[in-house]
Amino acid sequence: MTGSIAADEPGLRAMPVWQPVLALALLALLAVASLLVGSGGIGLSALLNDPASAKLFLVSRLPRTLALLLAGTASAITGLIMQRLVQNRFVEPSTMGTVDAACLGLLLGVIFLPDAAPLTRMAMAAVASWLGTVLFLLVLRAMPRRNALMPPLLGIAYGGVIGAISAFIAWQTGLMQALGAWTTADFSIVLSGRYELLYVAAGVTALAWFAADRFTLAGLGDDIASSVGLNPRRVLALGVSIVAVTAGSIVVTVGFIPFLGLIVPNLVSRRVGDNLRTALPMVAWLGATVTLACDILGRLVFYPFELPIGATMGVLGAAVFLFLLLKRHPR
Amino acid sequence: MIELKNLRQNYGSRTVVDVDALTLPEGGLTSIIGPNGAGKSSLLGMIAGLQRPTRGQVILDGQDILRMPRNRFARRLAVLRQDNSINARLTVRDLVGFGRYPHSRGRLNACDVRHIAHAIKLVALEEYQHSFLDEMSGGQRQRAFIAMVLAQNTEYALFDEPLNSLDIKHAVGIMQLLRRAVDQHGKTAIVVLHDLNFAARHSDRIIAMRDGKIIADGKPENVITTDVLSKIYDMKLNVLKQQNKQIVDVFGK
Repeated sequence: MTGSIAADEPGLRAMPVWQPVLALALLALLAVASLLVGSGGIGLSALLNDPASAKLFLVSRLPRTLALLLAGTASAITGLIMQRLVQNRFVEPSTMGTVDAACLGLLLGVIFLPDAAPLTRMAMAAVASWLGTVLFLLVLRAMPRRNALMPPLLGIAYGGVIGAISAFIAWQTGLMQALGAWTTADFSIVLSGRYELLYVAAGVTALAWFAADRFTLAGLGDDIASSVGLNPRRVLALGVSIVAVTAGSIVVTVGFIPFLGLIVPNLVSRRVGDNLRTALPMVAWLGATVTLACDILGRLVFYPFELPIGATMGVLGAAVFLFLLLKRHPR
Repeated sequence: MIELKNLRQNYGSRTVVDVDALTLPEGGLTSIIGPNGAGKSSLLGMIAGLQRPTRGQVILDGQDILRMPRNRFARRLAVLRQDNSINARLTVRDLVGFGRYPHSRGRLNACDVRHIAHAIKLVALEEYQHSFLDEMSGGQRQRAFIAMVLAQNTEYALFDEPLNSLDIKHAVGIMQLLRRAVDQHGKTAIVVLHDLNFAARHSDRIIAMRDGKIIADGKPENVITTDVLSKIYDMKLNVLKQQNKQIVDVFGK
């Protein structure tokens, strides 16, 4: 152990400067493409000279692109937080009842407070998703934890039960279509004035940056977290709150994006590990990039018609998920 | 000084720890030995404030540890538990860095960085400091966790079977390391050990447990005897003397 193998540090930390620059350039490129691609093509010159194009740009394209960036980043980060807190790589808000509970809360809001402001609806969705997530975590704690696939499978079943309750209520009240819209992301509905709640999601997930070390430590187990002076329950409560508010605001505005919170943190983890300080910026970037790319793809495949992002992301996500399952780390 | 008063831990109807009184003064290396299920780990867990006693108190310098702010306690006492299987992909440096958390709250300053580098050097993991724990051997991982406790740089350090999965060279290295921390830096080390010869050679005091109770407590020459060992292990073990230290013939008869 003493032999002085030249302290040649494996280049994990020494990321060359050009990488983040290239990454941001790619994201900017996709954002510009998202601004210009669509059934009503907008050229740069039309944007400056044609008032109709400019209006389309401001009312639809710009909000849509911003919504993609915000929702993509926030979904990926919620996945990362839950994976650390549950200490399982295969959970994310849609595989642990969080999204289904948010939809149920939103549904009850629509039925009992039909005239509520969007912010109130979001709050109801967030409260319901908080309760739903906490209940899932309590059930999970009572279970023996042998297999890494048990928590997501249990979570999917649990989400299915909540979803069935929602479906029954929605069917009785004629709200099936609305329920469908909340669970499948579709950014073609985004117009200025209908997506701004996503800034709440972005703001709340930004909190994760300040609690990054706490989440990483909580992910090492209660014993290690408390032996360095942390209260693991408080960290859990903070994490669940961030995730619930985010899920609430995404469900109210664009609908939840499947797979994103699952594949993005896993891909990042393979490369830089699970220390949130390091992983968080990459997860945010990859979340935004993948969301933009999938949405643009959906706009182009059957041009001038659109595929919702749920479809493109579903195909890509399933493929990446299978890859992750088959190439699991030994531990 | 750590004092245990009427400390008791029940799991269901089974009593796993039952210690009326025990004082652990500052300084010195104390080993806890005993058969499987003697309550060693539960005792250590209670002293570290990680599990709540069914009855009784653990008192650090006059104050019940469960009433102390967790962060302040973590600056005075560090613990390595027995089962350290973590599910996260962290580098050695990340992990050891978290040992500084009670001091830095996540913002590492130059002093923290020095402590981290020093701890990694002490367990001889410098060349692996940027490797991921899940890609290392069990012994290397164990040393990384020991370094995390060392980086915490507390007066008291508790180790539950620190020599688990270490080869003989690193096992000896870790015990010498603890010895130096006690002798040169005035630290207090409390170590659960299974290897009687390591306990006999390196401890100032040995506590022998069985069925949750303390059977013997004192200097190694008074505890590592055929008589005491047969009481806790139900097995006759020959104790030899070499350079005035006890050697246990672990093969029995």
